[in-house]
This record gives sequence, structure tokens and C-alpha cells, in this order.
Amino acid sequence: MAQTGRTWTAARSSAAAWFLAPAVLLVAVLVLVPIGQTLWLSLHDAAGRDAVGAANYADIFTAPEIRRALLNNAIWIVVVPNLVTAVGLLAAVLAQRVRRSTAVRVVLFMPMAISLVSAGVTFRLVYDESPDRGVLNAVVVGVHDTFKPPSQYHGARARDGQALTPRDGGLQTTQPVTDREPVLLPLVGLAPRQLPKSATQAGTSGIVQGTGLRGVVWSDFLAVGGRPGAVDTGELGLPGVDVEVLRSGTVVARTRTAADGTFHLPQLTGQDYVVRLAAGNFTEPFAGLTWLGPSLVTPALIGTYIWIWAGFAMALVTAGLAAIPKETLEAARIDGAGEWQVLRAVTVPLMRPVLMVVLLTLTVNVLKVFDLVLVLAPESAQGPASVVALEMWRSSFDNIGRSSALGILLLVLALPGVLYNVHRLRRSER
Amino acid sequence: MSIFAPVGVPELQPAGTEPPPPRPGPAARAVRHLGRGGAQVVVVAIGLWWLMPILGLAVTSMRSPADNSATGWWTVLSKPAQLTLRNYEGLLADGRLTHALWNTVLISVPSTVLVVAIGAAAAYPLAWLEFRGRYALTLLLVGLIAVPVQVAIIPVARMFRLLGVYGSIPAVVAFHVAFGLPFAIFLLRSFFVAIPPDLIESARMDGGSEFAIFRRVVLPLGAPALASLAVFQFVWVWNDLIVALVFADSDSAPITSAIQEQMRSFPSNIDVIAPGAFVSMAVPLLAFLLFQRFFKQSVLAGSVR
Repeated sequence: MAQTGRTWTAARSSAAAWFLAPAVLLVAVLVLVPIGQTLWLSLHDAAGRDAVGAANYADIFTAPEIRRALLNNAIWIVVVPNLVTAVGLLAAVLAQRVRRSTAVRVVLFMPMAISLVSAGVTFRLVYDESPDRGVLNAVVVGVHDTFKPPSQYHGARARDGQALTPRDGGLQTTQPVTDREPVLLPLVGLAPRQLPKSATQAGTSGIVQGTGLRGVVWSDFLAVGGRPGAVDTGELGLPGVDVEVLRSGTVVARTRTAADGTFHLPQLTGQDYVVRLAAGNFTEPFAGLTWLGPSLVTPALIGTYIWIWAGFAMALVTAGLAAIPKETLEAARIDGAGEWQVLRAVTVPLMRPVLMVVLLTLTVNVLKVFDLVLVLAPESAQGPASVVALEMWRSSFDNIGRSSALGILLLVLALPGVLYNVHRLRRSER
Repeated sequence: MSIFAPVGVPELQPAGTEPPPPRPGPAARAVRHLGRGGAQVVVVAIGLWWLMPILGLAVTSMRSPADNSATGWWTVLSKPAQLTLRNYEGLLADGRLTHALWNTVLISVPSTVLVVAIGAAAAYPLAWLEFRGRYALTLLLVGLIAVPVQVAIIPVARMFRLLGVYGSIPAVVAFHVAFGLPFAIFLLRSFFVAIPPDLIESARMDGGSEFAIFRRVVLPLGAPALASLAVFQFVWVWNDLIVALVFADSDSAPITSAIQEQMRSFPSNIDVIAPGAFVSMAVPLLAFLLFQRFFKQSVLAGSVR
């Protein structure tokens, strides 16, 4: 009986070997042995021939482009897991209280099925610098202009050698002016469509006779004819220009031009005035942000990454929320806790294990971010946006030693994930 | 692990010393009143914001290059006549991207089939057969799940060169399979372990060989897990860029690396890139929508990968 038992086990063992052989062979040859070889190569020179000790490791912590990548990776690791978890938690908690929340869960999870390449293309369009094309800048400019309308006359200049000189972004009279005659303030460089519909023929009649300081601001340009510096028939006044009058350096009056471009300050008499057209009349319109420029490229990439992973966090958190007993939450509410307090003092602490899994997952996955930087960041911004995985790939072409050291660094950084998986298995086996 | 956000733990207080619960302020009460409607609005806004980039890509892929460089895709709302399939016709006529798309199929289908088959075969003994070193082998494989591909690409590329297969589709597939196996084995093993022992034992009593048991009992019962794995692996390989960049030459390059190459001249190639990216995204999206439950299950199980 013992004999048959043993052969039975032996047969079982050899069956196990047959079942396992393909997997073990592939993993050994294409994963395990290469890891050892990478470690070996990381201690050798750029061509992978001569041993150089730990020089490659010293190198990756001193080379500026790699330090940049390490710093960016550090930003990714600190910011992304926390933000994604926060967004996922918020979305999950909100979705719990609304109808048809399944649709939102599907929509938020969808980006998980999309390649980082496609996501990169998608967000190249979102982040397009022109507010006419990029939806994000269209929104940003729209919001900005609602609160701070764009100036009407950007691009306007004084006529060369005429009455006005640029100063602090505005324009002011070159010579002191008096109340004896109207101040003529000709501007050029305005496109016809910039002139408001309310603009009428630049006026002189009303101000020629008046008393006090007076003048006219107008577009001193006609397609045919027209005398520079003089108001001609057909030239339009510029309404709504902010005019400041200064005397010995201080503003003594402010006004705004009428539909025919004229202004009139009867209370100001005498001489030695300086008339200034405030800078606010000429500021360039807000054109949105350069999302994919050197300074904003990493936040822009992170925004895309959140778009991809928030649904994952939401799914895990939703599963975790379902496990919280309703009575616990009700008890807190009966005790008078507001929704925000319930979330902070009850839900989050009870969800701690789930949130840790989300954070850990994101930490490990963020390390490998590579495709997104390569595809979404324009070539000029890839230096400022670089991450370790990208530098590893780049240096694999010309410096095998450094590239291998970066590969080992990525492995070391991924160790928390390795340990977590092993820990999870051991716990489930107990 | 200081990177983890501090999570607030409620402080414990001796019984009877707790302060009375604060009466919710008027603001809190108003919030609770508005809560439901407000939450609905916020959730819908989040959903729309999440859909918008994909909608933008879809619409962009159906507008002429001239329209795309002049105005935003949202102008289609007022001028739907802009929509055209000309870009897609161009994509088909050009042939480069369709070739790359075909390569993606040739890479991801075999990778999926092989990972599922080899993974299932390996998961069965790890779950149901006694042999020495079983636990150690399981731990090793599970430990490899989170290992990044970067740590192996240089030596494997050298090896493939020596063997003369570097750049070919089988080389890309082999690498994908090897790196897909640890997770596959982990996922399938944890599912196989849950099969009731009686079923396996009675099959053994009936004198079935281990292979017969694997085929007649384990595989049919494990079908949902196999489906989960298949969907996950398919999407994973379909979406890969780094393995393709390293191991595929220009003739066997998949759609992801073809698109990446076009990105150098993004604005001028938008009529190729946008439809290419949309097609490349449509297939895994479809797989996700059709097999949602399976995909989600394996993504959540294999998150730390």
C-alpha cells in the first residue's frame, strides 16, 4: 500500500513537472536570467564590456538629466497616488447617493482599457495651446474673460513721431498739453474688426469750442488718403478708452471717451497736463496656458494620469464602501455628524486597508509611466517632463551600463509592490 | 512608507466624557438638504468631463485637417456638416497604419492564447498537486508580478539578436508571454484553489489522469477566471508600447508604436493620428464594454503589476 502511494505521488510529481515546464522555462529564460544579467551589466561600462564597479549608480544620481527624471518621478510618486485616491474616494462617495451611478462608474473606468498612447493623443487635443482648438484653454479663457474682459484695443500703437509715447504699457502725451486747444491722440495698428460697432466718425466739432481740457482718441487710418495726425472724414473715434490726466506726476482726473472718441474735462484749466491712455486699454488678450510647455508639462501629464486611474480607485473604494455596515454610518449621522465629518471620521478610517491598496498600486504603476511622457509631451518638453523609465529607454541605445543601472533602480523602486503581492499570498495561505 | 497619506483615526475618549454632538449649523443643514441634487449635478459633471476627451478625439478624427487647424471639435455642435469619413478612407488607403493594426492583432491574439494556456497549465499543479518546492515556486512567481519589464529588456534584446529573431513578431510575443505569466498563474491559481476538493478527488478516484482532470474538471470550472485573464491580457498587450518599441522592427511594429512615431509632427499628421488612435482605442474599449465584469475583476486583482 505504501508502495503504491509512493508511485502515485511520483506520478503526480512528474505530471506537475510537465504542467509547469513551459511556464517555468519561459519565465526563467526571459525574466529571471535577464534580471541577473541586467544587474551584471549595470556594473559594466557603456558597451557592456569592462567592469566599472558602482560607477553607473554614482552616475545616475549625478547626471543632470537623470536627476531631473528622478525628481519628476518623486513628484509623480508623492502627488499621483494621493490625488487619484482622493478623486476616486470622492467620486465613489458621491456616486453612492445618486441615481444611475452605474453609468458613471463605467465611464470613469473606461480609460483603464485605453492605451497610454491613445490617451496621449487624446490629451494632446485637450491641451492644445490655442483656445480655438484646445478645449481646456477654451474653457480657461472663457472663465478668465468672464471675470476680466479682454481689452478692446490691444495692438494699437501711437503714430510714429506724433503726440504719444509708450510708457508702462500705456501711451502718454509727449509734450505737456493745455486747455487752449483739443488734444489730438491718433492711434494706428487696429484691425477694423477691433473697432466697436458703437464707434462713430471721430469728432472734433464738439470739442473745438469747449473750455477745459478736451481731446479726441481715434483710429488715424484710412485705406485711401488720409492725413497722418489729423482727423479725416471716415476715420472712426475710439469709444470707451480710459483716459487719465496727470499734473506733476499725480493723476488729477480720469474719464472715458465717448462714441466719437472725444473726452472733455471742463474742470481742468491751465497748462502742464499730461494725458495718458491707461495700459488697461491695450493689454493683450489672455490666450490660455501653455499646458505642454516646460513648466506645466508634468502637471498636465499628471492630470491625464488621474483621468486614466480615477475609475480604478473608484471601483476599489466602491467595493470597500459596500462592506461598511450601514448602521455605523447611520449612528454617526444620528449623533449629529455632518456628511463631511462622517466621511472623515468614519468612512475613511474604516476604508484604510482599501485605500492603502489603491495608494500602493498607484505608487508602483506611476514608476513605470513612460508611454504617456513619450507621446503626450512634445519633443521640446520631453527633457523637462522626463522620468526614470524614459531615461532608461533612451540610454539603452548608447550606454548599456547606465541603462541597466536605471533598470535595476526601477526594480528596487517596485519592491514594495513585490513585497505586497508576496505578503497577500502568504496571508491567504494561512 | 511615508508616501502614504496620513489617514485620520478617530480618537478614543473615556466613556461619559464625550462632548455632546454639535448641532449641525445652518450651512450643514442646507448642504444636507441640497446634498442629493448637488451630488447628482457633480456626478453628472464628472462623468461628462471624463467622456469629453474621448468624444473630442472621435470628432477630431472625423473632421478635415483644415477644419481641425481652424476651429475646435466642439464647433461640430453647430455645424454637424463638418463630419466626414475622409480621414478613415485615407487611413485604409495609406496601408501603413492598417499594417500596424494587423501587427497588433498578430501580437496580441497569440500572446493572449499562450498566456492563458501556459498559465492555466502551470496554475493547476500549483493549486492541486503535491510536489517539493511548490510553495517556494508560487512565492517566486507571485513576487515577479510587480517586476517592471525594463529590468529585462536589454539582455533579452541581446539574446534575441544572437538567436536571429530580434525584431520579429514571435520575439515580441515571447516577451509578452513571459512577463504575462506570473500574473496569469497567480490569478488562475487563486481561482483553481477555490474549486471544491471533492470534485478533484472523485475524478482521481475514477482513475482519471491528471491531464484529464485538468481538461475535464479544472478548465470548465475555471472558465470565468480564464475569461477574465484573457480579456485583461488581450487589452494589456494591445495597449503596450515599450515592449513593441524595444523588440519590434518597423515591419512588425504595432499600432501604438506607429502612432508614437507619427507624433513628431502632430499637427500636420492629425488626419492620420486621430483616426489611428481612435481605432486603436476602440478595440480594447469594446472588449471592456462587452466583458466589463471580467475585465474589472482581473484589473482589480492584478493591480500591483
